[in-house]
Amino acid sequence: MLLFLEQCLNGLQLGLLLFLLAAGLTLIFGIMDLVNLAHGSFYMIGAYFAATFTALTGNFIFSAIAAFAATLLVGMVVEVIAMRRLYGRDHLDHVLGTFGLILFFNELVRLVWGPAGMNVPLPEWLNGHFPILPGVEYPTYRLAIILVTLAVALFLYILVMRTRIGMLIRAGATNREMVGALGVNINLLYTLVFGLGAALAGLAGLMQAPILTVQIGMGENILILAFVVIIIGGIGSIRGAFIAALLVGLIDTVGRSFLPDILRLLLSGRSASAIAPAISSMLIYLLMAVVLVLRPEGLFPVSNK
Amino acid sequence: MTALLTPRNLVLAVLLIFLALLPVYAAVSGNVFLVILFTRIIILAMAATSLNLIMGYGGMVSFGHAVYIGLGGYAVGILAQEGFPSGFVQWPVALLVSAFASLIIGALCLRTRGLYFIMITLAFAQLLYYVAVGLDRYGGDDGLTIYSRSEFADLINTSSKTQFYYLCLALLLAVIGLTWRIINSRFGLVVQGSRSNDRRMRAIGFPTFRYRLTCFVIAGTICGLAGALLANHTEFVSPAMMHWTRSGDLIVMVVLGGMGSLFGPLIGAVALLVLEETLSSITEYWQIILGPLLLLVVLFARGGIDGLLAKVRA
Repeated sequence: MLLFLEQCLNGLQLGLLLFLLAAGLTLIFGIMDLVNLAHGSFYMIGAYFAATFTALTGNFIFSAIAAFAATLLVGMVVEVIAMRRLYGRDHLDHVLGTFGLILFFNELVRLVWGPAGMNVPLPEWLNGHFPILPGVEYPTYRLAIILVTLAVALFLYILVMRTRIGMLIRAGATNREMVGALGVNINLLYTLVFGLGAALAGLAGLMQAPILTVQIGMGENILILAFVVIIIGGIGSIRGAFIAALLVGLIDTVGRSFLPDILRLLLSGRSASAIAPAISSMLIYLLMAVVLVLRPEGLFPVSNK
Repeated sequence: MTALLTPRNLVLAVLLIFLALLPVYAAVSGNVFLVILFTRIIILAMAATSLNLIMGYGGMVSFGHAVYIGLGGYAVGILAQEGFPSGFVQWPVALLVSAFASLIIGALCLRTRGLYFIMITLAFAQLLYYVAVGLDRYGGDDGLTIYSRSEFADLINTSSKTQFYYLCLALLLAVIGLTWRIINSRFGLVVQGSRSNDRRMRAIGFPTFRYRLTCFVIAGTICGLAGALLANHTEFVSPAMMHWTRSGDLIVMVVLGGMGSLFGPLIGAVALLVLEETLSSITEYWQIILGPLLLLVVLFARGGIDGLLAKVRA
């Protein structure tokens, strides 16, 4: 039971991180109609920035903030140089162009930081365990990730639904020409939204950095998961992304830890432990296939036609 | 329009003559590597041609097309491992398996459109990728070595590099010919009409779902054949064959060469893989050049290389 609770928290944490990536992807798709495969690269870049800044300054919190700002900047630069020219083009052009960007960023990181992975040490006060229930402890840092991502999700909600910028963003998603005609600098708005999306992905990456090894290609696997999330949630819907992210995070984590035991009841021990990892990796894709077969537009379809 | 001697046809003719004479040159110069490289290029060109059939002509952007390469490859690998070395068994099984898989995947995926279609095909590819990773008996993540190539009695010796090269080239030309027949048939016109406006095609009475699904299965089956060839070529199969980046590579080949053009995928495969070989011999960090190059092709060369060639006036 305790293990189950802990795995649920881990799943929640993975889900919230996925939400950070998926929110950026779905915002960029919903507003600019752009499929960005290179989104995972910002995740990787955020993690590398955090690793470098931590190695230089030794202060994790400061490095995290600096890495967030740096990723925001990189995102805006990429938008101005490359992405801006892809708006209004076919989705296939987006897939191909941003596929090229993935190759570029992976190689750039290898050139700058070298092929070896990096590790980020945690500060003392984050490295312990925290009692969440009497007698139940959970790693402080993972708890911190959950709190920070929840705060970011809340901030995003307020930003998009309650502020003037958010109003413009929503209006831009519905009819970009009209917003432009009303005197809003739509180019600047798009650059900001793209930068924000990139920075959110960078935030997810830099928060994962102390848990995982920072390495090249780390963005790709999680990018596919983030795409699964926005497809299940319905492309363009932030609410859908939030719910789907939690669903995917929980199913993936809980599946990985309990499926081997369940399979062992049905099959012989050896073959169960052999196929369990593969089947638990398949679970979320199975979920996505089922959702799309039943509801081809995702769980929370956005109608902006 | 009907002029035969356009720059585009000239490039194509040179390319085909080059491909036909390559083993002769290799035998004279003793450069075996060229034959190996171009066998691989031809096989991947076949897979890209099959992707072009659904993507370029049918408007179905499959981001999981490499999965049929994997299925065809694994069919050959597993049968070889289990003691069925005959190509007369292996290849039909490879075709049947990929046809069956594409029938099921297509029937489910074709309910969706646009980006959803791109992503659900990716999801199924990932599913089968993890099935391959879980095939403990056949190497799992590490893959499976094939100790003998498919045997075709006295008909053809697949272990001979030259014979295998010509076999692949002949099959590729057959596939391109088949594609030409398909796109100019009534069936192909319905599929292309459905790409332009599916609702209108349905309104005038075509059950487009069936047409599109059939097209999807044909493409999957051809790609399975490419997989069987690739397994014979590398004498090794592994889940990496159907990793999603491989599907991405196939899309790159098609778009680079020219989507919806008969010879586009062949041109794209040759261009991409030769470029990869050249760049990687110049610098270790060759992808830093290839990446932006792809972006430039997207931005400035719509219609790919074939589109550029068609624009050049003689």
